[in-house]
Amino acid sequence: MNIIVCIKQVPETTEVRINPETNTLIREGVKAIINPFDVYAIEEGVRLKERFGGKVTILTMGPPQAEAAIREAISVGADDGVLVSDRAFAGSDTWATSYTLAGAIKKIGQFDLILCGKQASDGDTAQVGPGISAHLDIPQVTYVKKIEEVKDKVMRVERMLEEGYEIIETPLPALLTVVKEINVPRLPSLKGLMKSKSAAITFWTQKELNLDPQQIGLCGSPTQVVKIFTPAPRSGGQMLTGEIPDIVNKLVEELKSEVIF
Amino acid sequence: MDYLLTEEQKMVKGLAHKIAEEKIRPVAAKYDQSEEYPWEIIKIAGEAGLFGLFIPEEYGGMCVNVLSLCLATEELSRACGGIAVCYAASALGTFPIVLFGNEEQKKKYLPDLASGKKVAAFAVTEPEAGSDASAIKTSAKKEGDCYILNGMKHFITNAGDAEIYVVIAMTDKTKGARGASAFILEKGTPGFTFGKKEEKFGIRASSTRELIFTDCKVPVKNLLSKEGMGFIVTMRTFDMSRPGVAAQALGIAQGALELAVKYARERHQFGKSISSFQGIQWMIADMATEIEAARGLVYSTARMVDAGIKDVGKESAMAKMFASDVAMKVAIDALQIFGGYGYMRDYPIEKYVRDAKITQIYEGTNQIQRNIIALAIIKEMAK
Repeated sequence: MNIIVCIKQVPETTEVRINPETNTLIREGVKAIINPFDVYAIEEGVRLKERFGGKVTILTMGPPQAEAAIREAISVGADDGVLVSDRAFAGSDTWATSYTLAGAIKKIGQFDLILCGKQASDGDTAQVGPGISAHLDIPQVTYVKKIEEVKDKVMRVERMLEEGYEIIETPLPALLTVVKEINVPRLPSLKGLMKSKSAAITFWTQKELNLDPQQIGLCGSPTQVVKIFTPAPRSGGQMLTGEIPDIVNKLVEELKSEVIF
Repeated sequence: MDYLLTEEQKMVKGLAHKIAEEKIRPVAAKYDQSEEYPWEIIKIAGEAGLFGLFIPEEYGGMCVNVLSLCLATEELSRACGGIAVCYAASALGTFPIVLFGNEEQKKKYLPDLASGKKVAAFAVTEPEAGSDASAIKTSAKKEGDCYILNGMKHFITNAGDAEIYVVIAMTDKTKGARGASAFILEKGTPGFTFGKKEEKFGIRASSTRELIFTDCKVPVKNLLSKEGMGFIVTMRTFDMSRPGVAAQALGIAQGALELAVKYARERHQFGKSISSFQGIQWMIADMATEIEAARGLVYSTARMVDAGIKDVGKESAMAKMFASDVAMKVAIDALQIFGGYGYMRDYPIEKYVRDAKITQIYEGTNQIQRNIIALAIIKEMAK
């Protein structure tokens, strides 16, 4: 089973700072990590490879330093990786990103399964995975919490819902996005770390991918970020003091005046 | 401080640190309380490849690198001295096979030890033979293609949980130290049973038991090296493993210091963080400096072993003695910084005092280490 795992390098902190002028994330001075949800996708890919054979290829788009994310994925069992990196891809929204990644997947060629984390911890859109499947015209199952069975090019999975789960069968190749309930990711091994240091990573730019220039980067991104802001923190509550009957009356009055009651 | 580690050694340190922080620290108090053997951690360390640091590549390991073993042991000990000793004691039980095993023995035993699937133990100590190892009474009598072992060992780390044991027994009592031999025993061998499990002051996640041999038949092919080599096997093994005990002490000291500094910054008295008081600051400065001095000694000794320098008895003894004395002092001072809270079991620091104590005692008490050091120096000067 040949598996492609799409990952994203994100800033470690969940308290991302935003440049108010450009409405983009400030990445300087923040440690970069693999998007936590993608770590589950990598682990699931490696487990499937261990069960069925084949190989796990990591795919990421980002600045040159995203190579570190690919090497980290190799240290926990992935086989090789492709980094799609070009100034031409800068400023991509989820449409342009998924179009570009789909282009890279076509160039990688034969595959049985694409795995993604359910969403990235910086953008939180959960759109790139489904976008890739749309661009490739293959089935997608989002929020997968368990792969039940793989048989004759058909995969049966459990898809997590807010209340309970669905069981879905999909023909392969398909794209799954996974939730953290799917597994417990392993730590790297020393052998994996050694391998990751020396592994050859493939670098592709727009030149190698030759994608439609109208659909990549900032100009290929229909999303317009009008404003990004940090919501004001909630102000503290109001404490009512006194005898219980008085407090109750006061509370009712307050609620009425706020048109809550 | 930069310790001039190789890329590989930095990798080992980083990985052991990750295991310690993510997997060991959250369960350290649980194992300390239950005294259960921490198999879940052994499995994680095994999958990570840490057991391969004392086993050659051709037998499923990574390398034999004492400094890497020290780095791993130090990092694991920062989070739990008890869990770390389960790991280090397996190295202790494996070294005799790595150093003295024949091809057949190495092929049979080392791969499972390298993967952490099985752990090893080394058995020298007896009730009447502690520091005086020449007083060993366990006997091994050759009968046909077997040796018949009778006697007992005690205070054996990993006993009961280990699958593979290297046991020192007397094949010829008339020859004294030269009459001892080393044998590889597997758990489950008829006549080989375990006595009571000790309840310990510290390192409680590790198991410490008696080994009992009652007409236990051990095949001749399980003899390590030759008859009469038992003490050489023991001494060479301790030379390799003593830096590891020193590293365990170092890790306990480092872990205690870190907890104390963290606490000192959080704890407020007289309207200020107690870390702003000179009395606390000077304690922190002394603790940190002593730890660095110990680390210098431990890493230098480990590097000597890795460089193949034969006679490291004096340096090994110095590293073990100094690092463990530092660990005890640092742990006590760290608890002092915690004040009354430090004395309570709800806080993690009292465990460091209990775990540190054993490092001054086992693998040769610090008094024995001082004997070794002094005798070596006197001998050097007499040349």
